Amino acid sequence: MNAIKKYLGVIWMILGPVAIYYLVKTAAAEIAKKPVIDTKIQWAVFVIVFIPIAIGITIFGYYAFKGEYDHLPESSREI
Amino acid sequence: MTHQSEKKTIWQVIAASSLGTLIEWYDFYIFGSLATVIASQFFPKTNPTAALLSTLATFAAGFIVRPFGALVFGRLGDLIGRKYTFLLTLVLMGGSTFAIGLVPGYATIGFAAPLIVLLLRLLQGLALGGEYGGAATYVAEHAPPHRRGYFTSWIQTTATLGLFISLGVILITRHMLAPDLPTSIQRFNDWGWRIPFLVSILLVVVSIYIRLRMNESPLFAKLKTEGKTAVNPLKESFGHKANLKMVLLALFGATMGQGVVWYTGQFYAQSFLENVCSIDFDQSRTILIWGILFATPFFVVFGGWSDKIGRKWIMLAGMLLAICTYQYIFKQFMILTDPAGKTELTGQRKLLENKTIVSEKNPADSIHLVTTEVHYNDGAVFKEVKADTLFADAARAAVTKTSIKYKEKKLSTVAYRKIVGWVFILILYVTMVYGPIAAFLVELFPTRIRYTSMSLPYHIGNGVFGGLTPFIATLLTTIYVTDKLSGLWYTIIVGAVCLFIGAIYISNRIDPDVND
Repeated sequence: MNAIKKYLGVIWMILGPVAIYYLVKTAAAEIAKKPVIDTKIQWAVFVIVFIPIAIGITIFGYYAFKGEYDHLPESSREI
Repeated sequence: MTHQSEKKTIWQVIAASSLGTLIEWYDFYIFGSLATVIASQFFPKTNPTAALLSTLATFAAGFIVRPFGALVFGRLGDLIGRKYTFLLTLVLMGGSTFAIGLVPGYATIGFAAPLIVLLLRLLQGLALGGEYGGAATYVAEHAPPHRRGYFTSWIQTTATLGLFISLGVILITRHMLAPDLPTSIQRFNDWGWRIPFLVSILLVVVSIYIRLRMNESPLFAKLKTEGKTAVNPLKESFGHKANLKMVLLALFGATMGQGVVWYTGQFYAQSFLENVCSIDFDQSRTILIWGILFATPFFVVFGGWSDKIGRKWIMLAGMLLAICTYQYIFKQFMILTDPAGKTELTGQRKLLENKTIVSEKNPADSIHLVTTEVHYNDGAVFKEVKADTLFADAARAAVTKTSIKYKEKKLSTVAYRKIVGWVFILILYVTMVYGPIAAFLVELFPTRIRYTSMSLPYHIGNGVFGGLTPFIATLLTTIYVTDKLSGLWYTIIVGAVCLFIGAIYISNRIDPDVND
C-alpha cells in the first residue's frame, strides 16, 4: 500500500501543473472569444483562486512521493 | 461532575453553539437565495444576465473570502479562545446582514450601492470563515470521545437548517405583503426583500445573549492555564511540514469532495430546477424545503454511526454514490418537467398575453410573443411562450423562426413528489459526506492549533470548491450548450479525485484522545 501511495504521488505532482495549464489556456480562450468585463473578471477569479490550490496538490504529491503519508500520526506528539 | 450534569452541559453547549451557527448560515444564504432580486436592485438593469452574473460573483466573493476568515479568526481562536472568537464572528455576520437590508438601491445612490453590498458580502464571508471551525471545535472539545461524531453532527445540521429557514422566511415574506399574490410579489421585489435581512438582527441579539453565558472550552482553558497555547498558530499550522501535510490531506482527501457534493445537492439542484427545468418559484423552493426536512435527521444518524464504524467510509460512500448517480438524478428532473410526454387538455388553454416587440435596431423587424396557460391531464399547468421573429426584409422573412419555451411550470402532484424524492436523495448524500466531517477534522489536529488548522481546509473545500459549484456549473452549461447536464462534470471530476485520494491516504481510525 505504501508503494502505491508513493507512486500515486507522482500523479498528484503532475496534476498541479497540468491543471494550471488547462485553467490558463481555457481562461485565455474564453476571454478571447468574449472579451467583456464579466468574462475577464470571472476567469481572473478562477485563475487567481485555483492556482494556489493546484500548487497545494503538487506539494501533497511531493509529500506522498517522499513517504510522508506512509504512517499517519496517531498522537499530537507526532505532529 | 455527575453523569447527569455532564449530559446537561453537553446539550447546553450544542444548543448554544448550534443556534449561533444556524443564524450565521441563515444570514449567509438569504443573499444567495435572493440573488435575482438583489441583481435588479443593486446592479445596472440594462443587461439582466450581467446583473445576475455580478450578483453570483458577489456570492462567490462571499465564498472565496471564507478561507481568509478561517485564517484570521482561526488564529484568534487558538490565541484568545474559542468562546470570544465565535462571539465576534456572530456580531460581524449579524451586523453585515442587517446593513445589507439598509443599503439604498442602484437607482438611488448609483455605483456606491453594489460596492457597499460587495463589501458587506465580503465581511459575511470572513465571519462565516471564522464561525464554523470555532463551533465544531467547541462542541468536540466538550463531547465524550465515544460520541464525538454524534454530538458534532448536531452542528452539521445547522448549515442545511440555515438554508431551510432562509427559504421559509423568503417564501412567507413573499406571500404576506398584500392580500393578492401578484401585488405581494411586486412589493417583495421592490422593498420586501429587505425584511429577511433586517429580521436577522433579532436572531443575532438572542444568540449573542446565549453565547455570552457559555464557558470557554475545557481543553483550551486547560492549555491556557498551563501556558501551553500556541504563540503563532499560523506558523505552527502551515509552516511545519508535519501539520501542513495533514492540512493538505484533509483538503484533498475529504473537504474538497464534501464541498462539491454539498453545494450540488442543495444549491445547484435549486438553480437547476428553477433555471433549466423552469419550475415555478414557489414550487422549486418548497421542493427543497421538503427534501431538507426529510433528510436533515440523517446528519445525526451518520454522525452517530461514524462513532461506531469510523468517519472515512461513510464520507467516501456518500461521494461515490453522488458521482455515480448525479447524471441520472438530474436527468429525471428534466424528464419530469418536460411537456413532450404530457397530454394537453386543449379546451382549457388560456391566452394570457399577446404582444409585439419592435426591434430597436430596425423598427421594421419585430418579435410577436404569445403567452398562454397550458393545462395537462395529469394536473400540471405550464406557461407557454411562443415567439415569432418577423423580418421586413423578404429574404430574411424566409428564415423566420418560431420558438416555443415553457416557464413557471406548476407540476402535477405526482411529479412534484417524485422530484421531492430525488432531492431528498441528493441531500442524503450531503448528510453522508457532511455528518461525520467535523469529528474527522477535529481528530486530525492538536488542540493548540486546532481552530486554525481545521478551519482552512474546511473553508477551501466548502467555500472555494463548493461555493463556486453553482457558478462553474452554470458557466459550463453556457460553454457546452447542447448538454444541459454538462455542469455536473465539475462536481463529478472533483468528487472522483477526492474519493480516490481519500480512499488511499486517509485513515479510518477514531482518535480516542483529542486532549493533546
